[in-house]
Amino acid sequence: MAEPMISLRDLVFEGRGHRAIDGVSLELAAGRTAILGANGAGKSVLLRLMHGLLAPSSGAVQWSAIEGRAPRLAMVFQKPVLLRRSALDNVIYGLKLSPAHRAESAPRLRERALAALARVGLAQLADRPGRVLSGGEQQRVALARAWALEPDVLLLDEPTASLDPAAMRAVEAIILGIAAGGTSIVMTTHHRGLARRFADSVVFLDAGQVAEHTPVDEFFTRPRSSGGHAYLEGEIA
Amino acid sequence: MNWIAASLADAARLAFSLDPKLYSIIGLSLSVSLASVTLASVAGGLIGAAVAVGRFPGRQVLIVLLNAAMGLPPVVVGLVVYLMLSRAGPLGAMGLLFTPQAMVIAQFVLITPLIAALTRQVIEDAWREYEEQLRSLGARAWQAALTLLWDTRFSLLTVVLAGLGRAMAEVGAVMIVGGNIDGVTRVMTTTIALETSKGDLPLAVGLGVILLLIVLLLNAAAYGIREWAARRHG
Repeated sequence: MAEPMISLRDLVFEGRGHRAIDGVSLELAAGRTAILGANGAGKSVLLRLMHGLLAPSSGAVQWSAIEGRAPRLAMVFQKPVLLRRSALDNVIYGLKLSPAHRAESAPRLRERALAALARVGLAQLADRPGRVLSGGEQQRVALARAWALEPDVLLLDEPTASLDPAAMRAVEAIILGIAAGGTSIVMTTHHRGLARRFADSVVFLDAGQVAEHTPVDEFFTRPRSSGGHAYLEGEIA
Repeated sequence: MNWIAASLADAARLAFSLDPKLYSIIGLSLSVSLASVTLASVAGGLIGAAVAVGRFPGRQVLIVLLNAAMGLPPVVVGLVVYLMLSRAGPLGAMGLLFTPQAMVIAQFVLITPLIAALTRQVIEDAWREYEEQLRSLGARAWQAALTLLWDTRFSLLTVVLAGLGRAMAEVGAVMIVGGNIDGVTRVMTTTIALETSKGDLPLAVGLGVILLLIVLLLNAAAYGIREWAARRHG
């Protein structure tokens, strides 16, 4: 088996007296992973631990080097946080902070940012203030901002939550496009259809522990864990 | 009630009298306060943002001190700056006592903590919303602080205005370090205090009304800008 993209070893995270992640050991290969689980199972916390936004109480997160350097990570949050500036400047802002791109000239950054907005179908809104766009449009700008960074791995926290069906389809198409470019994706979601269509493998979390890590078809037809089974039953009901 | 009507009439007459002396008093008031508020906004804004975003030992003590310093008594600030600038004081050689520059320094000392404390509150609230996103993009603390200062610029306008209001309205500090010298360091508030003690109430009230109008206009302008910005930028 190829070297895993990321290994988590005995990961524990405790906050406010609650053990949100309770001894997770996991290896993820490059590709498309969906993290599923009930509310409070620890999906978002696990994603933040992977990204380094949270420091584990114990245990280790180890990303494998890509071509001798640390992999480039980007994350899109459930509620997009756009800065009080134009959609285009939001994307440029991300590029200017990126070690890979900040040395580039202003026209080059602008070009990259415009291309990223075009890929998410928002080129015509480039000059609009980010914060007055609709929720779905804001999420697409956030995806464009992440995409422009050309990340090796994109972490997505409930990217389709609180979007209407049309916006949800648009976001799904964008995620497919990003993955098609060779970016690995780790996504938490409650949206079962999205996970099933999109992911190669499923990590099912139950009360802060990995109940199973299974290829996607297997998870949705023959879940190995009783928790996964109950989760799917609940979703169907 | 006659004297109120008389005073208002005096105020109107004063305002339109084109009396150069009056305009020099109003001009000095505005220029001293604007200069001190400009300097205090830069210093207080940076201090407030640093305290909001930074994590360092003594941070909570600093927050308490800043909040307490919002209520610094102007006369005490005036006294301290007076002692610093007086001939025998550490900055006495600069010869600034009883000059408009001394008044700017005193107001700067008075207002910087106010702007820093209010900025800290505004930036900290925004930081709660932005923190994960900015850290995810790789922003260092100082980059996040500058980003937040820009992103909360319309809220901070109100903070700057609070500083300007305090600067324009205070009398104790500028009286002590400026000396209320006619034609040199006499501003609206010190003139009002002087004319009242001399018994020239119409002139005092007239100046008071003009002072209130200026503050009112500034606030209306700031409110208008905020409303426009909220619609335009979200």
